[in-house]
Amino acid sequence: MNQNEFILMINPFKDKLFRLAKRLLVSHEEAQDATQEVLVKLWDKKNGLEKYSSIEAFAMTMTKNYCLDQLKSKRANHLKIVHSNYVAKEATLDQATEDNDSWNWVEKMINELPDQQKLIIQMRDIEQYEFEEIAKILDMNETAVRVNLSRARKMIREKMNKTHAYGIS
Amino acid sequence: MELAKIEQLVEKYFDGETTLAEENELRTYFSSPRVAPHLEHYQSLFQFFVKEKEAQFSPSILQKTKNKKPMIGLGLAASMVLFAGLLTFLHFNGKAQNESVSTADLGQFESPEEAFEETQKALALLSSNVNVGMKSVNYINEYQNSKKLIFKK
Repeated sequence: MNQNEFILMINPFKDKLFRLAKRLLVSHEEAQDATQEVLVKLWDKKNGLEKYSSIEAFAMTMTKNYCLDQLKSKRANHLKIVHSNYVAKEATLDQATEDNDSWNWVEKMINELPDQQKLIIQMRDIEQYEFEEIAKILDMNETAVRVNLSRARKMIREKMNKTHAYGIS
Repeated sequence: MELAKIEQLVEKYFDGETTLAEENELRTYFSSPRVAPHLEHYQSLFQFFVKEKEAQFSPSILQKTKNKKPMIGLGLAASMVLFAGLLTFLHFNGKAQNESVSTADLGQFESPEEAFEETQKALALLSSNVNVGMKSVNYINEYQNSKKLIFKK
Protein backbone atom coordinates (compact mmCIF):
# COMPACT_ATOMS: atom_id res chain seq x y z
CA MET A 1 0.00 0.00 0.00
CA ASN A 2 1.47 3.34 -0.93
CA GLN A 3 0.82 6.74 0.58
CA ASN A 4 -1.95 7.69 -1.79
CA GLU A 5 -3.85 4.48 -1.30
CA PHE A 6 -3.50 4.86 2.43
CA ILE A 7 -4.86 8.40 2.35
CA LEU A 8 -7.76 7.31 0.19
CA MET A 9 -8.45 4.53 2.67
CA ILE A 10 -8.47 6.74 5.76
CA ASN A 11 -10.21 9.72 4.22
CA PRO A 12 -13.76 8.49 4.81
CA PHE A 13 -13.25 8.06 8.54
CA LYS A 14 -10.37 10.26 9.66
CA ASP A 15 -12.76 13.03 10.71
CA LYS A 16 -14.74 10.54 12.73
CA LEU A 17 -11.61 9.50 14.57
CA PHE A 18 -10.86 13.12 15.29
CA ARG A 19 -14.35 13.83 16.57
CA LEU A 20 -14.27 10.77 18.77
CA ALA A 21 -10.91 11.83 20.19
CA LYS A 22 -12.23 15.34 20.73
CA ARG A 23 -15.27 14.06 22.56
CA LEU A 24 -13.04 12.24 25.02
CA LEU A 25 -10.06 14.57 25.27
CA VAL A 26 -12.06 17.82 24.87
CA SER A 27 -9.02 19.76 23.72
CA HIS A 28 -8.78 20.41 20.01
CA GLU A 29 -4.99 20.08 19.97
CA GLU A 30 -4.92 16.91 21.99
CA ALA A 31 -7.53 15.39 19.74
CA GLN A 32 -5.41 16.26 16.72
CA ASP A 33 -2.36 14.67 18.29
CA ALA A 34 -4.32 11.57 19.16
CA THR A 35 -5.71 11.27 15.65
CA GLN A 36 -2.27 11.76 14.17
CA GLU A 37 -0.93 9.09 16.49
CA VAL A 38 -3.62 6.61 15.54
CA LEU A 39 -3.10 7.27 11.84
CA VAL A 40 0.63 6.70 12.24
CA LYS A 41 -0.08 3.42 14.00
CA LEU A 42 -2.42 2.45 11.18
CA TRP A 43 0.26 3.31 8.64
CA ASP A 44 2.74 1.11 10.47
CA LYS A 45 0.27 -1.74 10.35
CA LYS A 46 -0.77 -1.12 6.78
CA ASN A 47 0.30 -4.52 5.56
CA GLY A 48 -1.65 -6.44 8.16
CA LEU A 49 -4.93 -4.55 7.76
CA GLU A 50 -6.54 -6.99 5.34
CA LYS A 51 -7.41 -9.36 8.13
CA TYR A 52 -9.76 -6.84 9.76
CA SER A 53 -13.29 -6.96 8.44
CA SER A 54 -13.76 -3.22 8.93
CA ILE A 55 -10.73 -0.97 9.07
CA GLU A 56 -12.93 1.89 10.20
CA ALA A 57 -14.17 -0.03 13.23
CA PHE A 58 -10.62 -1.10 13.98
CA ALA A 59 -9.39 2.49 13.78
CA MET A 60 -12.25 3.68 15.98
CA THR A 61 -11.33 1.07 18.59
CA MET A 62 -7.70 2.17 18.40
CA THR A 63 -8.69 5.79 18.87
CA LYS A 64 -10.92 4.94 21.80
CA ASN A 65 -8.19 2.94 23.51
CA TYR A 66 -5.55 5.55 22.82
CA CYS A 67 -7.68 8.35 24.25
CA LEU A 68 -8.67 6.36 27.31
CA ASP A 69 -5.00 5.61 27.92
CA GLN A 70 -4.19 9.27 27.57
CA LEU A 71 -6.88 10.18 30.06
CA LYS A 72 -5.72 7.51 32.44
CA SER A 73 -2.12 8.68 32.41
CA LYS A 74 -3.25 12.27 32.81
CA ARG A 75 -5.45 11.45 35.76
CA ALA A 76 -2.71 9.38 37.32
CA ASN A 77 -0.38 12.34 37.08
CA HIS A 78 -2.90 14.57 38.81
CA LEU A 79 -2.85 16.75 35.77
CA LYS A 80 -5.89 18.33 34.32
CA ILE A 81 -6.33 18.29 30.61
CA VAL A 82 -5.55 21.68 29.22
CA HIS A 83 -8.39 22.49 26.95
CA SER A 84 -7.68 25.97 25.86
CA ASN A 85 -10.28 26.00 23.13
CA TYR A 86 -12.91 25.29 25.74
CA VAL A 87 -11.88 28.33 27.72
CA ALA A 88 -11.87 30.40 24.59
CA LYS A 89 -15.46 29.37 23.97
CA GLU A 90 -16.40 30.43 27.44
CA ALA A 91 -14.86 33.80 26.89
CA THR A 92 -16.91 34.43 23.81
CA LEU A 93 -20.05 33.15 25.48
CA ASP A 94 -21.28 36.67 25.91
CA GLN A 95 -21.35 37.52 22.27
CA ALA A 96 -22.41 34.06 21.22
CA THR A 97 -25.76 33.73 19.59
CA GLU A 98 -28.62 32.13 21.41
CA ASP A 99 -28.12 28.97 19.39
CA ASN A 100 -24.45 28.76 20.14
CA ASP A 101 -25.19 29.23 23.78
CA SER A 102 -27.50 26.28 24.02
CA TRP A 103 -25.11 24.16 21.98
CA ASN A 104 -22.46 24.90 24.55
CA TRP A 105 -24.86 23.69 27.18
CA VAL A 106 -25.42 20.47 25.33
CA GLU A 107 -21.69 20.02 24.91
CA LYS A 108 -21.11 20.62 28.60
CA MET A 109 -23.75 18.09 29.52
CA ILE A 110 -22.21 15.50 27.26
CA ASN A 111 -18.78 16.23 28.69
CA GLU A 112 -20.09 15.48 32.15
CA LEU A 113 -21.13 11.96 31.18
CA PRO A 114 -18.93 8.94 31.94
CA ASP A 115 -16.43 8.11 29.19
CA GLN A 116 -18.33 5.04 28.06
CA GLN A 117 -21.55 7.00 27.57
CA LYS A 118 -19.72 9.83 25.86
CA LEU A 119 -18.38 7.32 23.38
CA ILE A 120 -21.78 5.85 22.72
CA ILE A 121 -23.49 9.21 22.30
CA GLN A 122 -20.71 10.30 19.98
CA MET A 123 -20.98 7.24 17.81
CA ARG A 124 -24.75 6.92 17.76
CA ASP A 125 -26.11 10.46 17.83
CA ILE A 126 -23.32 12.22 16.01
CA GLU A 127 -21.71 9.67 13.73
CA GLN A 128 -24.91 7.63 13.37
CA TYR A 129 -23.42 4.18 13.63
CA GLU A 130 -25.61 1.11 13.85
CA PHE A 131 -25.78 -0.56 17.26
CA GLU A 132 -24.01 -3.54 15.80
CA GLU A 133 -21.02 -1.42 14.81
CA ILE A 134 -20.87 0.36 18.16
CA ALA A 135 -20.99 -2.96 19.95
CA LYS A 136 -18.09 -4.17 17.84
CA ILE A 137 -15.99 -1.06 18.37
CA LEU A 138 -16.52 -1.00 22.11
CA ASP A 139 -16.42 -4.76 22.47
CA MET A 140 -19.79 -4.83 24.24
CA ASN A 141 -23.05 -6.52 23.41
CA GLU A 142 -25.81 -4.63 21.68
CA THR A 143 -28.17 -4.64 24.63
CA ALA A 144 -25.56 -3.06 26.85
CA VAL A 145 -24.99 -0.38 24.21
CA ARG A 146 -28.72 0.37 24.07
CA VAL A 147 -29.03 0.51 27.83
CA ASN A 148 -26.06 2.84 28.13
CA LEU A 149 -27.30 5.02 25.31
CA SER A 150 -30.72 5.35 26.86
CA ARG A 151 -29.13 6.18 30.20
CA ALA A 152 -26.93 8.84 28.62
CA ARG A 153 -29.80 10.41 26.67
CA LYS A 154 -32.00 10.50 29.74
CA MET A 155 -29.21 12.04 31.75
CA ILE A 156 -28.87 14.78 29.15
CA ARG A 157 -32.62 15.31 29.14
CA GLU A 158 -32.69 15.56 32.91
CA LYS A 159 -29.95 18.16 32.96
CA MET A 160 -31.58 20.05 30.14
CA ASN A 161 -34.87 20.17 31.94
CA LYS A 162 -33.08 21.46 34.99
CA THR A 163 -31.42 24.30 33.13
CA HIS A 164 -34.74 25.08 31.51
CA ALA A 165 -36.44 25.21 34.85
CA TYR A 166 -33.84 27.69 36.06
CA GLY A 167 -34.27 29.64 32.91
CA ILE A 168 -30.57 29.70 32.16
CA SER A 169 -30.55 28.66 28.55
CA MET B 1 -45.44 15.31 10.30
CA GLU B 2 -48.05 14.98 13.01
CA LEU B 3 -47.05 15.96 16.50
CA ALA B 4 -48.19 12.74 18.15
CA LYS B 5 -45.79 10.74 16.07
CA ILE B 6 -42.91 13.03 16.93
CA GLU B 7 -43.72 12.82 20.62
CA GLN B 8 -43.79 9.07 20.34
CA LEU B 9 -40.44 9.10 18.56
CA VAL B 10 -38.91 11.35 21.20
CA GLU B 11 -39.99 8.91 23.89
CA LYS B 12 -38.56 6.03 21.92
CA TYR B 13 -35.42 8.03 21.39
CA PHE B 14 -34.79 8.44 25.08
CA ASP B 15 -35.36 4.76 25.62
CA GLY B 16 -32.65 4.04 23.07
CA GLU B 17 -35.04 2.19 20.80
CA THR B 18 -35.14 4.37 17.72
CA THR B 19 -33.59 3.23 14.49
CA LEU B 20 -31.19 5.42 12.55
CA ALA B 21 -33.99 6.29 10.12
CA GLU B 22 -36.24 7.41 12.95
CA GLU B 23 -33.45 9.44 14.47
CA ASN B 24 -32.99 11.13 11.14
CA GLU B 25 -36.68 11.98 11.11
CA LEU B 26 -36.23 13.61 14.47
CA ARG B 27 -33.25 15.54 13.21
CA THR B 28 -35.11 16.90 10.24
CA TYR B 29 -38.08 17.77 12.41
CA PHE B 30 -35.95 19.64 14.93
CA SER B 31 -33.99 21.49 12.31
CA SER B 32 -37.20 22.80 10.77
CA PRO B 33 -38.42 26.20 12.01
CA ARG B 34 -41.80 24.96 13.23
CA VAL B 35 -41.15 22.95 16.35
CA ALA B 36 -43.91 22.52 18.89
CA PRO B 37 -43.27 24.82 21.90
CA HIS B 38 -43.15 22.03 24.47
CA LEU B 39 -40.50 20.23 22.45
CA GLU B 40 -38.45 23.31 21.74
CA HIS B 41 -35.80 22.60 24.33
CA TYR B 42 -34.80 19.42 22.52
CA GLN B 43 -34.07 21.46 19.46
CA SER B 44 -30.59 22.47 20.60
CA LEU B 45 -29.74 18.84 21.32
CA PHE B 46 -30.48 17.64 17.82
CA GLN B 47 -28.99 20.71 16.22
CA PHE B 48 -25.87 20.14 18.24
CA PHE B 49 -25.58 16.61 16.90
CA VAL B 50 -25.83 17.85 13.35
CA LYS B 51 -23.32 20.60 13.98
CA GLU B 52 -20.82 18.34 15.72
CA LYS B 53 -20.61 16.09 12.71
CA GLU B 54 -19.05 18.91 10.75
CA ALA B 55 -15.81 19.13 12.75
CA GLN B 56 -12.90 18.06 10.61
CA PHE B 57 -9.46 16.77 11.21
CA SER B 58 -7.70 19.81 9.83
CA PRO B 59 -3.94 19.31 9.88
CA SER B 60 -3.83 16.96 6.97
CA ILE B 61 -1.51 14.03 7.22
CA LEU B 62 -0.37 15.08 3.77
CA GLN B 63 1.33 18.16 5.15
CA LYS B 64 3.52 16.10 7.38
CA THR B 65 4.70 13.78 4.67
CA LYS B 66 5.32 16.74 2.41
CA ASN B 67 7.45 18.39 5.06
CA LYS B 68 9.47 15.26 5.49
CA LYS B 69 10.61 14.95 1.91
CA PRO B 70 12.64 18.16 1.57
CA MET B 71 14.28 17.36 4.88
CA ILE B 72 15.45 14.04 3.51
CA GLY B 73 16.68 15.82 0.38
CA LEU B 74 18.56 18.34 2.48
CA GLY B 75 20.14 15.59 4.51
CA LEU B 76 21.13 13.77 1.37
CA ALA B 77 22.65 16.89 -0.14
CA ALA B 78 24.53 17.67 3.05
CA SER B 79 25.92 14.18 3.33
CA MET B 80 26.93 14.23 -0.36
CA VAL B 81 28.81 17.50 0.12
CA LEU B 82 30.47 16.08 3.21
CA PHE B 83 31.39 12.90 1.39
CA ALA B 84 32.81 14.77 -1.59
CA GLY B 85 34.82 17.01 0.74
CA LEU B 86 36.16 14.01 2.59
CA LEU B 87 37.11 12.31 -0.67
CA THR B 88 39.01 15.29 -2.05
CA PHE B 89 40.69 15.82 1.31
CA LEU B 90 41.84 12.22 1.49
CA HIS B 91 42.85 12.27 -2.14
CA PHE B 92 45.07 15.32 -1.85
CA ASN B 93 46.45 14.29 1.51
CA GLY B 94 47.30 10.87 0.19
CA LYS B 95 48.99 12.40 -2.80
CA ALA B 96 51.03 14.73 -0.62
CA GLN B 97 52.17 11.82 1.54
CA ASN B 98 53.06 9.71 -1.44
CA GLU B 99 55.18 12.48 -2.78
CA SER B 100 57.03 13.22 0.45
CA VAL B 101 57.82 9.58 1.28
CA SER B 102 59.67 8.31 -1.73
CA THR B 103 60.86 4.73 -2.09
CA ALA B 104 64.47 5.67 -1.24
CA ASP B 105 63.56 6.86 2.26
CA LEU B 106 61.99 3.55 3.15
CA GLY B 107 65.41 1.83 2.77
CA GLN B 108 64.59 -0.82 0.25
CA PHE B 109 66.83 -3.83 -0.11
CA GLU B 110 68.36 -4.57 -3.42
CA SER B 111 68.51 -8.36 -3.27
CA PRO B 112 65.87 -10.74 -1.93
CA GLU B 113 68.46 -12.56 0.29
CA GLU B 114 69.26 -9.37 2.09
CA ALA B 115 65.63 -8.64 2.58
CA PHE B 116 65.00 -12.15 3.93
CA GLU B 117 67.82 -11.81 6.48
CA GLU B 118 66.59 -8.47 7.67
CA THR B 119 63.06 -9.81 8.05
CA GLN B 120 64.32 -12.79 10.04
CA LYS B 121 66.25 -10.46 12.32
CA ALA B 122 63.22 -8.33 12.91
CA LEU B 123 61.03 -11.37 13.64
CA ALA B 124 63.64 -12.83 16.01
CA LEU B 125 63.75 -9.58 17.92
CA LEU B 126 60.01 -9.62 18.20
CA SER B 127 59.80 -13.25 19.37
CA SER B 128 62.56 -12.81 21.98
CA ASN B 129 60.64 -9.95 23.43
CA VAL B 130 57.50 -12.00 23.50
CA ASN B 131 59.43 -14.67 25.48
CA VAL B 132 60.54 -12.03 28.00
CA GLY B 133 56.94 -11.24 28.51
CA MET B 134 56.07 -14.90 28.95
CA LYS B 135 58.74 -15.32 31.68
CA SER B 136 57.17 -12.66 33.79
CA VAL B 137 53.84 -14.34 33.49
CA ASN B 138 55.23 -17.72 34.60
CA TYR B 139 54.87 -16.97 38.30
CA ILE B 140 51.15 -17.26 37.89
CA ASN B 141 51.75 -21.00 37.86
CA GLU B 142 52.64 -20.69 41.54
CA TYR B 143 49.01 -20.09 42.26
CA GLN B 144 48.17 -23.29 40.51
CA ASN B 145 50.74 -25.15 42.65
CA SER B 146 49.50 -23.81 45.94
CA LYS B 147 45.95 -24.48 44.91
CA LYS B 148 46.89 -28.08 44.26
CA LEU B 149 48.41 -28.25 47.74
CA ILE B 150 45.24 -27.10 49.35
CA PHE B 151 42.64 -28.85 47.25
CA LYS B 152 44.02 -32.33 46.93
CA LYS B 153 42.11 -34.17 44.35
